[in-house]
This record gives sequence, structure tokens and C-alpha cells, in this order.
Amino acid sequence: MAIENTAIQNKLVETFGDNVFNFQVEKDIFSFEINADKNTAIILFLKNNEDLRFHFLTDLCGIHYPDNNDDHQFAVVYHLHNWYDNKRIKIKAFLNETPKIKTISNIFLSSNWMERETWDFYGIDFTGHPQLKRILNMDEMISHPMRKEFPMEDSGRTDKDDRFFGRTSINS
Amino acid sequence: MSELLLSPEHRYAKLINEKLNEDGSELSILNLGPTHPATHGIFQNILLMDGERILEAEPTIGYIHRAFEKIAENRPFYQITPLTDRMNYCSSPINNMGWWMTLEKLLDIEVPKRAQYLRVIVMELARITDHLICNSILGVDTGAYTGFLYVFQFREKVYEIYEEICGARLTTNMGRIGGFERDWSPEAFRLLDVFLEEFPIAWKEFENLFERNRIFIDRTVDVGAITAEQAMAYGFTGPNLRAAGVDYDVRVAQPYSSYEDFDFIVPVGKSGDTYDRFCVRNAEVWESISIIKQALEKMPAGNEYHAEVPDYYLPPKEDVYHNMESLIYHFKIVMGEVPVPVAEIYHPVEGGNGELGFYLVTDGSRTPYRLHFRRPCFIYYQAYPEMIKGALLSDAIVILSSLNVIAGELDA
Amino acid sequence: MSDSKINMVAPPEGVSGEGFFATKLNDVVGMARANSLWPLPFATSCCGIEFMATMASHYDLARFGSERVSFSPRQADMLMVMGTISKKMGPILRQVYEQMSEPRWVIAVGACASSGGIFDTYSVLQGIDKVIPVDVYVPGCPPRPEQIVDGVMKLQELVRSESVRRRSSPEYQELLASYNIQ
Repeated sequence: MAIENTAIQNKLVETFGDNVFNFQVEKDIFSFEINADKNTAIILFLKNNEDLRFHFLTDLCGIHYPDNNDDHQFAVVYHLHNWYDNKRIKIKAFLNETPKIKTISNIFLSSNWMERETWDFYGIDFTGHPQLKRILNMDEMISHPMRKEFPMEDSGRTDKDDRFFGRTSINS
Repeated sequence: MSELLLSPEHRYAKLINEKLNEDGSELSILNLGPTHPATHGIFQNILLMDGERILEAEPTIGYIHRAFEKIAENRPFYQITPLTDRMNYCSSPINNMGWWMTLEKLLDIEVPKRAQYLRVIVMELARITDHLICNSILGVDTGAYTGFLYVFQFREKVYEIYEEICGARLTTNMGRIGGFERDWSPEAFRLLDVFLEEFPIAWKEFENLFERNRIFIDRTVDVGAITAEQAMAYGFTGPNLRAAGVDYDVRVAQPYSSYEDFDFIVPVGKSGDTYDRFCVRNAEVWESISIIKQALEKMPAGNEYHAEVPDYYLPPKEDVYHNMESLIYHFKIVMGEVPVPVAEIYHPVEGGNGELGFYLVTDGSRTPYRLHFRRPCFIYYQAYPEMIKGALLSDAIVILSSLNVIAGELDA
Repeated sequence: MSDSKINMVAPPEGVSGEGFFATKLNDVVGMARANSLWPLPFATSCCGIEFMATMASHYDLARFGSERVSFSPRQADMLMVMGTISKKMGPILRQVYEQMSEPRWVIAVGACASSGGIFDTYSVLQGIDKVIPVDVYVPGCPPRPEQIVDGVMKLQELVRSESVRRRSSPEYQELLASYNIQ
């Protein structure tokens, strides 16, 4: 192991102060949270710093937390990977109920479609994205279906009787 | 039907109106539409062409979006396995095992060595079948139908092995938390031995048909080349990345299910073109055959096939009828009232196309709070418009086949 | 070769004589059509792989007359829809169906094409019979190649017994009108 978790933490804290916080090791991935408006700066630092070298974006996704307070309604999760030292980290940025965060598609080309998918599912606006439109759902769709308030089933379907699935107006 | 036509507001329509070549010829738009025999799966590409040469491409996907991630939020953990089957359906055991390993990481369950070796065997069989389809379909796209017919016979033999293990041919839904649902019968091992004897001969013949074939080399060398830096920037993993020269393999970087016990090389190409991708997949099939043989030799004795975790593993039915404890466990497991910690897990496995990752967020209830699949096809297909810039139309088809884009994994 | 290996299919009912055989036009046309159904494989997902296995040498669909797989709707007789059809894909499936010329038949292969399958979600069409009329449904997830062949054989029965005038009959026109297909 070339870089230790404490080394990463120290480097980040001394460069970004209290924009990075809540460092922990969750089941073998070192993860921390950041302030949403500093995401491009932090990710660029992680990519370009010659000790850290997190050059590969593994994954980018969104999560909806309707039960949290207003500032933590949505989260964007970045998974980065350093192949030289075989180290993974996870970054979480919480957003409020009108989620807006800067795009990282100029830092990592692979995040282009991942951000479009997150916009499609959650309505998280990635400012500066070259082509933020729906990718998996139909273009005419207005809702963002992965949000918790939307049901999985198409409510307009007529061939399946909800009573046979145990769904009533109370629990559906 | 007008919504299926290209709107005149579209960028390409405007470009055509503006640009006229010196000899008076115009640019044209070609719709490599969602239903096309050569695109294996349904995705659309609108191509802006200058004669036979492609200038730009605009892909549209989502024609088979089945909302896996939304379904997963409403299903207990063991009911999500059929969903994982249908992502990369050419190699469903790998997806299944990846999901079970994610759960075992969540619940801190240690799987016995023998079950891990059995998992390795079935995952490598799945990898063989995935590369088998990809390479034979690449052959069909360049006009060689024989390879496909010949090699598909062996896919039938693998289907027979899957049927012995779990009962299904294609979408296997194999395994349980902690191992397998039943031990492998002697018939399964016999079929495996027969396969390991006959398949290498057939694969050698298949390779000989293509690797020195003048026509195939003309169609695939220097077609769709991608450099290592570009590949890493676009998030490539798997055989497509290894063809560009980077030897990243999840089985080596983060070994799971006892892969560290096996001795195998990771084949790597040089220029990242279609021919290299073809050859890397061929070589990986040989490595998989060798891993299966090693696993069979080193298989621990005994007949343990699952971990002893009564909280999560269904007890045998005879015990359920006679034993109060087993009855209670059975009831709790089927109802989904099993103890699940609150955690966030990311577990990658080496799928047929690259790093297949499972990002699971639980909140202690019987269904996941959020389950996100890191699908390799979705991520590397972004590079397709870049790869076909300046290529001929026939090259675009061959590049698409060699990328092995599987629609189920693309859209999920 | 002994006769026991060769299965001679009985000819349709008719009057035969020295050098001629007279039967109904329906029977002859039905027999010809049933034994030369050219499929259009509309393969979208996992059932498509089982179709590839059906076309391959082990289960060989070509012996039933489906030798030439056509990807152009204008040249195909039967549309085999294999795999999940999402709402985004619905208009495209309909356009492909409308481009086929009469007589045309549709087989819905797999649970997803028949009724939406295990995907009871907002984005999946719950069965292709919401957009096009279907003749044969083959259940399964995915159906075994034997089941797909069975579906084709059932379609052959339908084709063999279909009247030559069916496509211009008022019932058929009504069926198409109920789907808004001209």
C-alpha cells in the first residue's frame, strides 16, 4: 500500500480545510463527504496530485433521501480508483431539494453519460454539462422516476388488478 | 409517425444545409436504427456521413430500459438475483455470483473454500460463453457464418452443465447467500470433463479460421483503434481496455472468491483496434479453460457447498417439516425479516465486459435502500462516437460488434 | 434407407387421378405458406439469445422453412418479437409491423413480449398486444428452443388452416382498426 488513508485525509484537509469532512472506512472503502460546490476542485486535486493519482472514475450515481433534513435531500456519490496503488475512495456530496452541482465531465470523460443518467433518474442538475438530457427514459417524460415518491409500476396500466398483488389504496 | 423522423432543428440537419462539398456533393444522414441486424441489441445511432465516411454520430439508448434499479428497491435481497441475470444475459452466472458476494460482504459471511472454487468454475464457464458469442458474432459481421454455427454447439454443452447445476439454461438465478442451493451432481462434473476435452479442439479450429485469415485481418486491423489514455478517460474496463495495453483486471487487483489461488495471465493487446480485441478475448478463453482445470484439480475434498448461516440460508425442506427452529428460520427468510446491517457496500467483479460493480446502500429493512449497478457496457459505449469518427460505415459495424455491447447491460 | 425413417406427410384432401391432383386453393396456399415462413427476428434481449440457439445447428429452425431470416420487414412473413419491449420501443415496433405486407403473423416470444414479464415497471410495455395484434404467445423466461419451435409449429397450424380471404374480411379490418392500424 503506497498511500495510507491518514495520508489522503491529511492532504485533503490541509488543501481544502473544512470542505472535506466525515472521513471513515466503510467495509474496506475509504470514504468522506464534501461540500457540493467544491466538487470539481477536490476531484481535480485527487486526479492530478502526484501522490494521490486517482485517475479513474469508477462510478457516479445519485441517491434520494426524502427523510433527511432539507440540506441533505439528494446525494451524488463518486467512486474513484487509483490503479497504480490499487486504492479506492468514495466521495459523497449532499444536495438540497433543488439539487444542483457542477459537472465533472471535463475532468473525467466517462462521467458524461453517468451524469445524464443521474439527471434522468433524480433530476440533479449538473451545471455545465454539454448535453444534459434524458438518456434511458423517454424524452417526453416529465417526472424523475427514481425519486422515492414515484411508484415502480405504471399507474395507468389496466391489465393488472392491484387487489391481486395485495395493494390497496392504503399501502400502494 | 412524424416523431420518428429527424426534426429540421437537429444539428445535423442544419450542418447539411450549411456545408456543401467542392464537387457539389452533400452530407447525408444515415439512421443506424434501433432495429438493425448488425447492431446486437437495440440502440440507435444517427450518423452524419460524407459519402461512405462517417463524420459524427449521435447515439440514443434506453430502448430496453427496464428500471432494474427501481425494481431492486422493492424486492427482498434474494429476489434481486433474477434481475442481475438479465443484465449481461450472455454470462449470467457472473452477475449472480457478484450479487451474492456483495451480500456476503455486507453480512460478513465467509464462504467455504469448496464453494468458492465451484463459483470460480461457473464464472469462468460464463466468461467462456460470453467471449464465444462476441467473437463468433464478430465473425458473422465480417461474413463468416460458419464459426458462429460451429462454436454455438459448445454453448449448448455449457447450457447442459448449467441445467445440471441450477435447472435453467440462460438466465440461471444460481446460488444463495453463502454458496449454492444444492451440491453439484456427478453428472455435472462428467459433463464438465467432456466439455474440457472437446472444447479446446473446437476453439483452436475457430481461431485458425480467423487469426491468419486475409479478409478478416483486412477488416479488423487498425479499425477502431483507441489509445490507452483515451480508454482510461472513457472508463473502459475489461477486454476492450486490455486490448489497448492496460492490464487492469479485477480478478488480480481485488481478488474475490479465491482467485488468488489460481495461476493465470492477463492477456494484453497493443493498439486497441478490433483485431486486438478479438485476440484478447480468444486468449482469455484459453486462460479460463486453464483456470477451470486448476480449480478441478485443487478442489478441496468433501461436499460442503454452502456456509453455515441459518439466518440467511434456507434450511432443507425435510428439516422445516420436523424441526421448530428450521421452520422459524424458513419463515423469517422467506418473509424477508432477516437481520441486515445499515451499510454502504461497493463490490466489483470481473464481468465478461469489464468491471461490474454493485453499489448497495441498506437501511436495515428487507429491501435495499438504493442499489446501483456499475455496468461496464454503459460506460464504455460513450466512446463509440469517438471511435467511429472518420471510419467507413462497414468499419462502424465491425467496431460495434467487437465492443460487445449487450443491450441488457447498457440500459438496465 | 428404409421407409420407417421417412415420414410422409399426407396430402390435403382432394381428388386425384392420372397425372393430376385437385384440391382447394385454400389448402394448397396454406400448405405453401406454412412451410416457408420467413421470420423477422425482432430480438431485443435474453430471448434473442435463445432464438440464436434455435437458429443454430442443434435446434435448427431452418428445417421448418425459416431458412432465410429477413431483417427487412418488407420481405418477411412472421414477426418474432423476442424480448422486453419498452414504451420507448413501442412506436418503432409498430412501424416495423406496419411495413410488413399481408399476410403477416406475429409471435410474441417470452414473458416480456407477452405481458411485460417480471418487469411491471413504468418503462416497460406490458405486452406487445397493446400495440400490435398477436397470433401466438410463447411463454417462458426465456423459453427453451423447443418451446420456440413449438410456437412456430402452432403458427404453422394457424397458417395452414387460414382462409385466403381472411385479410380482406370485415373481422380482420375491425381487428386492425382496434389497434389504429390502417
